[in-house]
Amino acid sequence: MNLRKIKIRFMLHLDPVLLAGLGGFLFISLVLLYSASDGNWMRVLGQLGNIAVAFTAMWIVANMPLHWLMRIAVPVYVFGMLMLVGVALFGEISHGARRWLHIGVATIQPSELMKIAVPLMMAWYFEKHEATLKLRNYFVALILLVLPVALILRQPDLGTSILIAASGFYVLFLAGLSWRIMIGGALAAMASAPFLWSALHDYQRHRILMLLDPSQDALGKGYHTIQGMIAVGSGGILGKGYMNGTQTHLDFLPERTTDFIFAVWSEEFGLLGNLLLLGLYVFVIGRGFIITANASTYFTRLMAGSITLTFFTYAFVNMGMVSGILPVVGVPLPLVSYGGTSLLTLMLGFGMLMSIDTHKQLVKT
Amino acid sequence: MNRFIELKNHQREIYYFRLRLVLSLGFVAVMLFILLARFFYLQVIRHEYFHTLSDSNRIYVVPIVPNRGLLLDRNGVVMAQNYSGYTLEIAPAKVTDMDALIAELSRLVTITPKDIKRFKKLLTERQALETMPIRSQLTDEEVARVSAQRFRFPSVEVKARLFREYPFSDVTAHLIGYVGRINQKDIEQLEEDEIASNYMGSDYIGKTGVEQSYEKALHGTTGFEQVEVDAGGRAVRVLSRTTPQSGSNLMLTLDAKLQEVAEQAFGDYRGALVAIDPTNGEVLAFVSKPGYDPALFIDGIDTETWEELNGSLDTPLNNRALRGQYPPGSTIKPFMALAGLHYGTRAPTRTISDPGYFMLPGSRHQYRDWKSGGHGAVDLYKSIVVSCDTYYYGLATEMGIDNMHGYLSRFGFGKKTGLDMDGETSGLLPSTEWKTKRYNQIWYPGDTVSAGIGQGYNLVTPLQLAVATATLANDGIAFQPHLVKEIRPARGEPVLTEHKQMYDLQIPPDHLKLVKSAMEAVTKPGGTAVGAGYGVEYRMAGKTGTAQVIAMKQGEKYDAKKISEYNRDHAWFIAFAPADKPRIALAVLAENGGHGGSTAAPIARKVLDYYLLGKIPKPLQAVSEKAGSESD
Repeated sequence: MNLRKIKIRFMLHLDPVLLAGLGGFLFISLVLLYSASDGNWMRVLGQLGNIAVAFTAMWIVANMPLHWLMRIAVPVYVFGMLMLVGVALFGEISHGARRWLHIGVATIQPSELMKIAVPLMMAWYFEKHEATLKLRNYFVALILLVLPVALILRQPDLGTSILIAASGFYVLFLAGLSWRIMIGGALAAMASAPFLWSALHDYQRHRILMLLDPSQDALGKGYHTIQGMIAVGSGGILGKGYMNGTQTHLDFLPERTTDFIFAVWSEEFGLLGNLLLLGLYVFVIGRGFIITANASTYFTRLMAGSITLTFFTYAFVNMGMVSGILPVVGVPLPLVSYGGTSLLTLMLGFGMLMSIDTHKQLVKT
Repeated sequence: MNRFIELKNHQREIYYFRLRLVLSLGFVAVMLFILLARFFYLQVIRHEYFHTLSDSNRIYVVPIVPNRGLLLDRNGVVMAQNYSGYTLEIAPAKVTDMDALIAELSRLVTITPKDIKRFKKLLTERQALETMPIRSQLTDEEVARVSAQRFRFPSVEVKARLFREYPFSDVTAHLIGYVGRINQKDIEQLEEDEIASNYMGSDYIGKTGVEQSYEKALHGTTGFEQVEVDAGGRAVRVLSRTTPQSGSNLMLTLDAKLQEVAEQAFGDYRGALVAIDPTNGEVLAFVSKPGYDPALFIDGIDTETWEELNGSLDTPLNNRALRGQYPPGSTIKPFMALAGLHYGTRAPTRTISDPGYFMLPGSRHQYRDWKSGGHGAVDLYKSIVVSCDTYYYGLATEMGIDNMHGYLSRFGFGKKTGLDMDGETSGLLPSTEWKTKRYNQIWYPGDTVSAGIGQGYNLVTPLQLAVATATLANDGIAFQPHLVKEIRPARGEPVLTEHKQMYDLQIPPDHLKLVKSAMEAVTKPGGTAVGAGYGVEYRMAGKTGTAQVIAMKQGEKYDAKKISEYNRDHAWFIAFAPADKPRIALAVLAENGGHGGSTAAPIARKVLDYYLLGKIPKPLQAVSEKAGSESD
């Protein structure tokens, strides 16, 4: 390792490999936003501002020593839960869902915070009970996960609750939840499905059916899926070329700077572009796995593993949704879609990965 | 000392952890493979198909608006229906000079200044990429003329649409309500209810009355077509079609003819009438006079007409039956009598002596009876027949306001009835607690005295009074009042509204018998509504009432001629018939009608005559043809 690299790693607490991957994504994001917004520089500049904020936040977290991360786990989780309850009681309704909380001048979305807070809390809990792990501890950790997920599901925000549920499950899995329980739980869920179904209200059933078969709602979400698939499929192997996507530029694609930005990429850069994007995801996730494998404590292993796998889930759900193999649940393409909040939480996660990696090295030397 | 064991555990743990990490890696690989396979399928195998869809043709999803359900009366008479017609519509987004365009168009079709005003108001209400109607109900000739010149006006369209029509117009305006164009506020509400996609392509939504409260059932489910269009925007072929499902037809509990009879019986009076079948809560007539022409509101009303309606002293837009709040006056007396019997404040046989006024102990203030000189010896029966005020001044004072509140609230006073129509008001049934809360004042004994004859703070809606009368008529068993008898979906079985019993007051039969027989005597010689009961061919029970509009000074005499029309007293009448087995109960209010016996009771008589005997009154005969000999 040359001197400069060591300097970046230990003085700045930044991981150059991860940094390169993230930079690739943010570059793609800006280029793609310019096309998706029909050449609207304001969107691009807006996202550049978001990136600046998120990058700063990442760097601050990357500089936090590990015991700080341990120490903030409980307060952040409790604070997040209080805000979720606050949202449920007096949250702001927008687009038919109660997700936002007015605090003075700003409106915040506490469910975003929970994407970090839930795995952090669970990992902290497992670290505390590492020496004497019993079945009971997994159960408590499960409750820590289910409470926020249920509150967010009620808002309703299916996309975010799926991601948080996944991040919590990864912690449980990596913490060594026994196979017997996982298989048993899966079987029990399948067996109870018919009973749950019969307990639902008609409108709830209707909504689930709509989710599974979007063509039922061809005027609403089904329209998104159909137009997304046309965009992806018509892109072919080489794509229609930058700024040349007809689906994008003739107004057929909905939400094209946010949840459906992947359709823009696919239409304009084709299968090759998709391979490039997937490659970039593999690169970042691979680095995340290496950091996880080398992490020194139980807490950091769980945390790093969960962050990495959740990042992948994020990407998978979004691309699956746009290409029509998953229902439309409202998950953005990580690091690419327009929007400050999801970018900020993602970068906070990567900040933790970097902190886990760089502080450990310091301890060893 | 456990260091060795811990170390061993630690290594094993790392091993297991890395094992799980490798498994996760496998999971990621599988998922990536699935994505790749999907991309390959879409972008290589099905590429031609999607390429065709996106490039040479375009797919549009076109909503097909369902037919709105019809409204029928209980005998199947149509009260709201649809007819098809043509409108001339303009897409504002494509127009640069709107005035010039309208001027051009008015050479082809008649466009009145009113049409233009209405259109401009619509423009300000909904800013969206859609077309707005400037003229509706084009004649065939006008359609032909515009179609021939169509190429000159790229922003103009002739659209075939269904229009809503209300055959009874102002007679049922407050009951049926109307549909109107969907505005920004409606859109927000629809989005909040998550049904906005069902309203794609819909132009109208129920705004008031039954049209509003049963919007969900009436609207139906929007269908859609996926059509391929060429570059010019013409539909090439239909890819798939989901047919819309028409809205449900509603059969109302209402009797349209009875409604008409009731409406006409008011003559020139303003007021309200609600008639209910006491055995099941079905609303038979629901009148608020004056009405208005609901058709004015469907495509947006022009400012001038709206101001005229809204500013009128007759307040035609006010739904008096549902929202009008008036002092009940003497119509409260039968209920007060039951309260007196219930608490034992007055035995049936106890007689008071009425000198023509009532004084609170230790006070010289005289609360006057409507009859100067008084009614002499009065027992409970007579107190209702002659509507003796002095009797109830004393009764209320002895009972106390909170007991009064307790008993009367059981009849639904001071509470919404829960009718299936939005916007009901709850009236006011005062109590000491209420006065403290509202005015931060203590309750004065004098407040109780006037409350005893239904004046003072008391307020009721005609609907509430009708429900209370129906409850009394049905021996204390109250049914939920409702307007819809049956919902008939386009497909599937009709759903009957169940007759929901709200409560049973368990009034002792002898109490009921006494009060009901007194109410029957009200319509006979010696009673306050003898005129309205003259020659009646069934047993009719009722009670007159007068609601003061302005307060009288001590010692001053009420003289209708001296007071301007809008300050005259309101006339009330409540009734049910046949007295022994009631099939209909009602409440009539004639605003500024003066005495209940002379103005309101004859209206009730005509309604009962029609409902029970099928007698149709001579149209628009003067209402007070036979004034009551006595009044209250």
